Amino acid sequence: MIENFDLTMVNWARAQFALTALYHWIFVPLTLGITWIIAFYHTIYYRTGSEEWKNLTRFWMTLFGINFAIGVATGIILEFEFGTNWSNYSWMVGDIFGAPLAIEGIFAFFLEATFFAVMFFGWNRVSKKFHLFSTWMVAIGSNLSAVWILVANAWMQRPVGQVFNPDSARFEMNNFAEVVFNPIAVSKFTHTTSSSMLFASLFIISISSWYLLKGRHEKMARRSIMVAAVFGLVSSAFVGFTGDEAAYEVAQHQPMKLAAMEGLYKGEEGAGIVLMGMVDSDKKIGDDQDGLSFKIKIPGILSLLANRSSGSFVPGIEDLVYGNPDHKIMGVDDKIVKGKIALTQLDAYKKASKNGDTAAATAALTMFQANKEYLGYGFLTKPEEAVPPVGLTFNAFHLMVALGTVFPLVFLAFLYFSWKDTLKEQKWLLKGGTVMVFLGLFAHWSGWIVAEVGRQPWAIQDLLPVTVARTNLTAGTVATTFFMFLILFTLLLIAEVSIMLRQINIGPKEVSE
Amino acid sequence: MIAYWIQTASHAQLQGLWWFLCSVLGSLLLFLFFVQGGQTLMARVAKTAEERSLIANSLGRKWELTFTTLVTFGGALFAAFPKFYATSFGGAYWVWVLILFTFIIQAVSYEYRSKPANVLGTKTFDTFLLINGVVGVLLIGTAVGTFFTGSNFTLSSYNFVTWTSSLRGLEAAFSLFNLSLGLFLVFNSRALGAMYLINNIDFKGVEEFEERLRTSTLKNFLWSLPFLAWFLLQILPMDGFAIGENGEIYRQTWKYLFNLVEVPALALSLVAGLILVITGVVLTAKTEAKCGIWSSGLGTVLVGLTVFGLAGFNNTAFYPSKVDLQSSLTIYNASSTVYTLQVMTWVALAIPCVLAYVAYVWWLMDSKKMSVAELSNPDAGHMY
Ligand code: HEM
Repeated sequence: MIENFDLTMVNWARAQFALTALYHWIFVPLTLGITWIIAFYHTIYYRTGSEEWKNLTRFWMTLFGINFAIGVATGIILEFEFGTNWSNYSWMVGDIFGAPLAIEGIFAFFLEATFFAVMFFGWNRVSKKFHLFSTWMVAIGSNLSAVWILVANAWMQRPVGQVFNPDSARFEMNNFAEVVFNPIAVSKFTHTTSSSMLFASLFIISISSWYLLKGRHEKMARRSIMVAAVFGLVSSAFVGFTGDEAAYEVAQHQPMKLAAMEGLYKGEEGAGIVLMGMVDSDKKIGDDQDGLSFKIKIPGILSLLANRSSGSFVPGIEDLVYGNPDHKIMGVDDKIVKGKIALTQLDAYKKASKNGDTAAATAALTMFQANKEYLGYGFLTKPEEAVPPVGLTFNAFHLMVALGTVFPLVFLAFLYFSWKDTLKEQKWLLKGGTVMVFLGLFAHWSGWIVAEVGRQPWAIQDLLPVTVARTNLTAGTVATTFFMFLILFTLLLIAEVSIMLRQINIGPKEVSE
Repeated sequence: MIAYWIQTASHAQLQGLWWFLCSVLGSLLLFLFFVQGGQTLMARVAKTAEERSLIANSLGRKWELTFTTLVTFGGALFAAFPKFYATSFGGAYWVWVLILFTFIIQAVSYEYRSKPANVLGTKTFDTFLLINGVVGVLLIGTAVGTFFTGSNFTLSSYNFVTWTSSLRGLEAAFSLFNLSLGLFLVFNSRALGAMYLINNIDFKGVEEFEERLRTSTLKNFLWSLPFLAWFLLQILPMDGFAIGENGEIYRQTWKYLFNLVEVPALALSLVAGLILVITGVVLTAKTEAKCGIWSSGLGTVLVGLTVFGLAGFNNTAFYPSKVDLQSSLTIYNASSTVYTLQVMTWVALAIPCVLAYVAYVWWLMDSKKMSVAELSNPDAGHMY
């Protein structure tokens, strides 16, 4: 049978993935967003030939380069971590999951790497036109790589275009188009790229605000703020729109995640959305308590967002765990029973096939096919295991949405005072502006926490729990590499931040009048 | 035509094609290790900070290409031979983690080495580059060596891997055979690195540096020879891992020699590759020529193709298990489905396109050589 679990090892491997992903995600959204803005600045320089725009372009490019290096360094670990820490996963879904990773390399990384060199070093080596073209290719290349990795992630959230092959005991791809055009992939890509654009705008606003406070590089800072505030405002609208789409997809395909996001234990018709609330840490699944010790709700809205109908029923955690016959929801305990049948029949099928007993094999296979939808549940030992950490998911979701509401107001304020030409007098706004980049980062991290913590215990939704996806390693080994990466990445981050701050302090080259 | 072939090819044909494509990526990587080799020259062959900076800025325009090729090589293996990806990365854990470690520290070093306030100092970042060039390449070489010497794993009936050595892959570095392949790669990369720099740098003002690089090319080539010789002498009579009629794996003496004889393309590619490598070195060491890198580079690719070809083609198990022969991986039992390989083949049609723009940009950017003057010109662009 499939090996027994070592939970501490699994938790170290999870922690390692979270660590590397969070470090990686400091750098990625900036890359995804700022490359477009740099391309925009570069285009203005190309059109006007103005040295000022050139210096502006080069300044943001320098900061981008410092950031990019460490993004590459953390990214390579993520790709290979699937193999090192999650090798059962890699084997069981490699037939599907490997393809987007390979395609990402062939289509996107080479584009990025090749034109990156031209963008940085091409000032005196290639024609102005080709140079500009290269800058655009870097933006396109990095965003293309996001497409493929998000296709891969979306597939884990909703595994479409595949079938389980009992002979090879793995999942195999049968429809590539379904994998690529998975609606979750679409909402993820649009949400990620728009929120990255937003993040890059915040980055520029933070640094430019600091310059204005210090009274340095004022002209450049004003220009940068203008562009960033417009980009930021437009992307905020997209972030809200695509975030709503993402939540809808979650509601349709990962109802447990949605319930955790909203701290909803008991399902409701006309369910309200929690504007503000606090998770009750004493709450046990199945008891009488509400789950939120304090909350302000707007009625009907959750149902509207989740099912596009304000009176509709949104299942809570307890409906999903214990079942709710009125709403035709099967409980996790029933799913576990079916999952266990699938697993034993798979075993029986393999044994019978090996012994050449066709009749037994066919019988086992029929039973297996009837229950295979619940395969992953067969690995769970009790229904409550199907519930993700509610507090973390809830808080992360509400932080992200709250920040998503604040950011457009910030951009509006910057635009308004820029337009009034009184930005320099608004010390409060500029001071607030300098920390915006950190808030942006928290929003991004929160987003990933929602997406990934919210789907625990699944590596692949309903089909493969993380306990089975792991590699056969001792907890000590994975803990060791966890600390190796923690120390190394932290050291590199310190170097990065220090270099970045120095470059900001040096600032863009000023054109002598 | 091509479309017809892709849609009608047998599973075995597609598996063969994908082993070939992975081999091409792997062999290109061995050539692109000139970046790693060049990094190691910063320590001794370069004498001044200016010369080190020339090396860093010259290689700095290429390192990402090598890095990307490595990542894509990994991705292609994952997609085409997922069982290998799972078995090797999950099993030979420590080798891969260490290799990755050396590539993490490389990725930041170019960008950070000469930036003010870089905390760790230029010396540390240059040491990172040295570690990547020596340890990274050496370990990749030993890992490739296990294609012939085998590894310590068993697979369950669900294909989950159990590694039977507690060193988790590091034990491969204690085999003289694997080590000699690794060391050969290190010296070959150094020779390639020197030839690349000769090609890429305008030595006006540092003529003597060029001389040192030319001498270094020859020296490193000579150092690589005993390791290559040992590798070749060992591999031919070795008990190889052959695939029998019914897919069972058995040991066959002289297996890899048979492969060379039975697949003449492999023998041809080996001989041509070696000749090209030598030609490049001789041109560089004995003449004023700057094109040695192209000859030796192509030669390295051909030798690489032979190595990967010997491991995977002609009914050979490319990732054999020493402890349980029948757990050994072949291109047939480790691959993705026909459908996935077909999809991937469609995607692979883009590869020539990718190669074309990479080559075009390389040519465009290198038509003006890296010079001392450029290092000190604040307007020249980004500097490492
Ligand atoms: C304005 C309201 C917002 C809503 C309704 C919203 C909604 C969501 C939802 C439902 C998810 C989870 C998707 C999944 O589990 O598959 C998500 C993920 C995410 N969000 Fe938001 N979000 C909002 C604002 C933001 C902001 C302001 C940022 C960053 C600046 C952000 C960044 C992210 C990221 C990086 C992810 C993870 C990637 C993904 O799953 O798409 N979101 N968001």
